Amino acid sequence: MDAPRRICVWCPDWPVAALGVDPTEPAAVVTANRVVACSHAAREHGVRRGQRRREAQAACPTLAVLPRNEEAEARAFEPVVAALESIAPGVEITRPGLAAIGVRGPSRYFGGETGVLHALSRAIAPLAPDGLLGIADGSFAAEQAARRGLVVDPGNSERFLAPLPVETLDLPSLVDLLKRLGIRTLGAFAKLEARDVLARFGPDGAWAHRQASGRDDHPLAARRPPVEFAVTLDLEPPVDRIDTVAFSARGTAEQFVTDLGAHGLACTCLELQARSDNGEETVRRWRHAGVLSTVDVLDRVRWQLAGWAAGPNGPTGGINRLRLVPIETVPTGAHQQALWGGTGAHDERAARALARVQTLLGHGSVLAPVLDGGRDPGQRTRLVPWGDEPLPLRSPEQPWPGQLPAPAPSVLLDPPRPAQLLDATHRPVVVTDRGAMPAPPALFGLDGELTAVTSWAGPWPVDERWWSAEEARRVVRCQIVDVRGRAYLVTGTMTDSPRWQVEAVYD
Amino acid sequence: MLDVAIRKPDGSTAVDWQHVGLRTAPPLPVAPALREVLPDGLRRGSTVSVSGSMSLLLALLGAASGDGAWCALVGFPRLSAEAAAEYGVDLSRLAFVPAPGSGWTTAVGALLDAVDIVAARPPRGRGLAPGDVRRLAARARSKDAVLVPYVSDSWPGADVRLHAQAGEWSGIGLGRGRLRARRVDVVAAGKGTAARRRSAQLWLPADGGGVDQAPAPVIDLAG
Repeated sequence: MDAPRRICVWCPDWPVAALGVDPTEPAAVVTANRVVACSHAAREHGVRRGQRRREAQAACPTLAVLPRNEEAEARAFEPVVAALESIAPGVEITRPGLAAIGVRGPSRYFGGETGVLHALSRAIAPLAPDGLLGIADGSFAAEQAARRGLVVDPGNSERFLAPLPVETLDLPSLVDLLKRLGIRTLGAFAKLEARDVLARFGPDGAWAHRQASGRDDHPLAARRPPVEFAVTLDLEPPVDRIDTVAFSARGTAEQFVTDLGAHGLACTCLELQARSDNGEETVRRWRHAGVLSTVDVLDRVRWQLAGWAAGPNGPTGGINRLRLVPIETVPTGAHQQALWGGTGAHDERAARALARVQTLLGHGSVLAPVLDGGRDPGQRTRLVPWGDEPLPLRSPEQPWPGQLPAPAPSVLLDPPRPAQLLDATHRPVVVTDRGAMPAPPALFGLDGELTAVTSWAGPWPVDERWWSAEEARRVVRCQIVDVRGRAYLVTGTMTDSPRWQVEAVYD
Repeated sequence: MLDVAIRKPDGSTAVDWQHVGLRTAPPLPVAPALREVLPDGLRRGSTVSVSGSMSLLLALLGAASGDGAWCALVGFPRLSAEAAAEYGVDLSRLAFVPAPGSGWTTAVGALLDAVDIVAARPPRGRGLAPGDVRRLAARARSKDAVLVPYVSDSWPGADVRLHAQAGEWSGIGLGRGRLRARRVDVVAAGKGTAARRRSAQLWLPADGGGVDQAPAPVIDLAG
């Protein structure tokens, strides 16, 4: 079977162009110290892809070095894709800067391939002035044609590709091997027996072989124009009972889930908006480890409204509008449950049981732990309601100088409990301004009961956030072991009459 | 039960249905240091009560959680997620129900349905009705979960009772060093196969976090 004929749009130097750089200015986008793209002006100065940053800067001292921003690339490419979509459906984006459509349909409509080229260049010119178009059989050949701005006649793809160097294949290790075997052009590579290529180079090599011979007829992953999946429920008259809202929302939630399902999608992150009669609003995003079902959506409606009603900014009137917006969707095929481990049936069952307990006891009764960044053990553990995204506020991987090394205390006291730390003369232990302890602790008291201190370590000063008046904290920390072998982490203020508190227990 | 077996052509038994019907779920693993007191790991469907140390509870959950089991902690004060992670607990499969209030029994029962290990601290003040205790044990047995009550005295009907007797801290002196490791005696007693008393000397926590076997202390006679 012949590879389908395609028209390919290639925007050169897209990583640079997407950042809004003037093409006459020398600029290069660098990741991991290597140039991934450069502007035309930079290329004239001798900057090349794959160079080190230093080499590039040596070649062109006025070079503007920019970090890569793939999101910006995708965002900037979106209008181009939209323009392609206006010509023909089923746009296949290889990466931002490179997209293809099948030629057959539009060439009938526009009266031949030349007509399609005209229409396309008119649509794309204002968005990507440097964009190049090419037509060939198969997507690899079409891409190569676009890079050269050529139209390859039907059936001539193999002949077009044959003289190209093997480096055209984007597989450095394979290219290296082929060159050592004396194979320097795609034509020479294509002449090898497909069976032998598969046996020697594996599936990747076999795929490259198909590309080299212009037979990469891989099925089009068609990108359809996005459909509006958000659903809205208007309640007239406004409803002030949560269970009534949830009951009324059943149909809406079902429509939401089935709409996505009909497009082969499933929602993994959902934004839920509710508005009261008096104009107050609540917006919250719900992430789900699996695929949200109707029941899951309704549960989240219930929890969010309950939390809203209980909170300080609760609604003063009945609820008159509910809106469900999918934030993240996955193709349903991609969410098949892993056979071993992963998000298996077992994990799903556990998550469902936890959700059930949350419904029984109310939102916020089931909590998930998050390891957070901080210097105090208490700051390093944060609990978030089950179903919320467990993301740390501060990265725990960052260095937190002054944090206690492992082992961590097992029980945290929240809020810290006041304690007594006395020296041998039964006077409170004082920490001087310079963080010294003139009289060592001898007695430790918690809940009014005094015990002898057998060993202690510290004081370790903590001088945190001195730049902020509200958050500044200047204390010392000590580890105390009492005569019963119980170990505590205590903090004390550095004043003349210090306040000692137990922060955590090593239980 | 049907007396059926699938036999290979040579007559040897391939699948014996008499054994398929029996409890086949493998036990949940425990940390190597805890194998001395729990040689068979955490048997599914059993009740293992823990007393004396919160670290022992976390150490008990660690290996199983790292192996893919889900854990829930009901009725505990703020436990440190950092300490839990040091013992090997996977935080993405851990849930806290800190204050179930009057719904304690309901919550523990609902969690036993699908969560592998449910560690629960009975509410203070009023004790649990003997009927509730029995029902929860039966629920754990029928759902192949492990119920781990954290108690101050004893839990009636526990299959294994683990008790930790905290010992000395090492690494800390008078104003120098820091807390590094603690020597703990763990004693296991129970019924059935666990009837024989087993004990182990552990570092709990060990230096750098986690649990480890502690060598017997050297008694310094000369000193």
